[in-house]
Amino acid sequence: MNDLNIESLNVSIDEKQILKNFSLTIPKGEVHTIMGPNGTGKSTLAKALAGHDDYTIDSGSATMDGEDILAMEVDEVSRAGLFLAFQYPIEIPGVSIANFIRAALSSRLPKGEDIDAVAYYKELYSEMERLGIDRKFTSRSVNEGFSGGEKKRCEILQMAMIKPKYCILDETDSGLDIDALKIVADGVNHMRSEDRGILVITHYQRLLNYIVPDYVHIMMEGRIVKSGDKSLALEVEERGYDWIKEEIGATV
Amino acid sequence: MSTEATIDIDREKGNFSYDTDYEYDAGVGLSKDTVNYITDVKGEDDWVRVFRLKALEVFHSKPLPTHWATKDLENIDFDKFRYYLSKGQQPSRTWDDVPDDIKATFERLGIPEQERAFLAGVEAQFDSEAAYSRMKDELSKEGVIFVGSTEGLKDHPEIFRKYFGKVIPIGDNKFSALNSAVFSGGSFIYIPPGVKVKQPLQAYFRINAENFGQFERTLIIADEGAEVTYMEGCTAPKFETTTLHSAVVELVALKGAKIQYITVQNWSSNVFNLVTKRGLAEEDAEIKWIDCNIGSRLTMKYPGVILKGRGARGEVLSIALAGDGQHQDTGAKMIHAADDTTSNIIAKSISVGEGRSTYRGQVHIPKHLKGCRNNTECDALLINTNSRTDTYPAITVRGNDNSVQHEASVSKVNAEQIFYLMQRGLNEGEAMSLAVNGFINDLVKQFPMEYSVELKRLIDMEMEGSVG
Repeated sequence: MNDLNIESLNVSIDEKQILKNFSLTIPKGEVHTIMGPNGTGKSTLAKALAGHDDYTIDSGSATMDGEDILAMEVDEVSRAGLFLAFQYPIEIPGVSIANFIRAALSSRLPKGEDIDAVAYYKELYSEMERLGIDRKFTSRSVNEGFSGGEKKRCEILQMAMIKPKYCILDETDSGLDIDALKIVADGVNHMRSEDRGILVITHYQRLLNYIVPDYVHIMMEGRIVKSGDKSLALEVEERGYDWIKEEIGATV
Repeated sequence: MSTEATIDIDREKGNFSYDTDYEYDAGVGLSKDTVNYITDVKGEDDWVRVFRLKALEVFHSKPLPTHWATKDLENIDFDKFRYYLSKGQQPSRTWDDVPDDIKATFERLGIPEQERAFLAGVEAQFDSEAAYSRMKDELSKEGVIFVGSTEGLKDHPEIFRKYFGKVIPIGDNKFSALNSAVFSGGSFIYIPPGVKVKQPLQAYFRINAENFGQFERTLIIADEGAEVTYMEGCTAPKFETTTLHSAVVELVALKGAKIQYITVQNWSSNVFNLVTKRGLAEEDAEIKWIDCNIGSRLTMKYPGVILKGRGARGEVLSIALAGDGQHQDTGAKMIHAADDTTSNIIAKSISVGEGRSTYRGQVHIPKHLKGCRNNTECDALLINTNSRTDTYPAITVRGNDNSVQHEASVSKVNAEQIFYLMQRGLNEGEAMSLAVNGFINDLVKQFPMEYSVELKRLIDMEMEGSVG
């Protein structure tokens, strides 16, 4: 029950099937990584779980601590505890980061209750400091004119403030230089907890030097084809994906 | 207690109306008799009667401006309105003088008493006569006049007559003529030379009688070096049949004076809101219109500034929100008539559902002038594919020594923005509100605090209603 449990999930977009009998269980307290070549459905997995309209759930199930998240609206999934760090964070002109995160936190409170502004800013500033984000950013519009690294750090900031039960990081490392990568990894490591499950989607092994996962899964053609520990990621980096393709080709 | 709590205006409260005994009623329809009746009841001087009757003639002689404006105007049946209703009372000086049923209406509107007490002067219009008007002692000591227009005409004719109808002549347009014929209510404000009124003067008013057009007339004069901010906001009860609102607001800023006029309007969706607003800025004077239009069936409003004196500045910041079945036809006029005059127009419109927004701008800089500058920005935001927006900027700039800048954009709140916001926990309505408030944020920042909060709440309510 204490997990994000995906079973035999089939998802399509515009009648094209992307996820094919995808299954994965992420218990709280663990960090899982999904690696795989482009176009294997990694981002589809993230967005479909979050409830994006463009994706059609054909069959299968996804539960979070036993709750069916496929039946929920996008915001309900979020409030139930799933956070998605976007591969391409969206710009919201005119909405400051501070107000945005505050609105996100307020949405989790019972109607009529408001957050304590003083405590909120105290926490916001402290998290920003950890992530090396200048305080001036609080009044800047969400993601507008941000560099790639700033956008990704801002995603981690939101995650730290919202404190979700489960986090999916969709290629959070892409476009980051090594310093930014370390900061983002530190931010994620800080979030590691017995009460939280984390799924890191990435192309590259290098992120895993800083966020050491409990499990590494290789995804191809819409499902997980091989699982292992961190050494699997190193092997992929060294040898590429072809050997796995051959391996599964051999087993089919 | 937060600021929000004290100025919470629940729009649903605007849905109540009370049976009110009208002591004076000019009957249904518009004729010389109607105009004579109004002027008799008010006990006005002959020059006002002449002015009104002339205006009536002009009104009848002018066609509806349907050659450029919407044909929806043809649906106004001028014979079906009541043009004058009044309790026949004098504007009240203290809160105790305000009749109980009127107080009840304000209670329903959620205008808190402590806020009024806080205001420098409150002119609250109930139907066509001011039901409540009060001024702080220090303001009247400084010679500031802040009264209803009826009282202004009677008690201060020497100032009133000098400027009345001068910025917006009777024949400016069909609706300014209509207002000139049947006006009642509105404010008359005079700020003596050098007096800077620190707190905004504020008026709340609403329409409360079915089929009753409200034709208030406001005249604000800031003498040399004077400064004043005036705020008007209104909520109207909802009625089954159309309601006509046609105001005229004239501002006069003498040398070095500053006038800021702020409007946040939230009309019910059956109101025709056809308003003429214009200011005259003398040398080094500044007039700024901040105009926010929400609701109504049709709003036509193009606040303008005539930049008459050298170095005069004019500004229009406008926000229009057109919901389903609504048409916001708004814009600005800047008439440069002296050297080194500058004008700035920033207009943002939001169209939701079948809502329609139109921007009309007019900037006129004649050839013989030097050093004139205009900046115009108009941005439209569409909430769904049925929404419509049109932009008609008319910029006439002659001469090499003047400069204009014009930028226009149309954007949509896209599905990915909403997905992103909802993934953080906001429901669809909240997500939409946040995105829309973001769109107008840079303008709203210039509003006084309480108005920006009120505006945000109005938009929240509109957006909540716009999603299924």
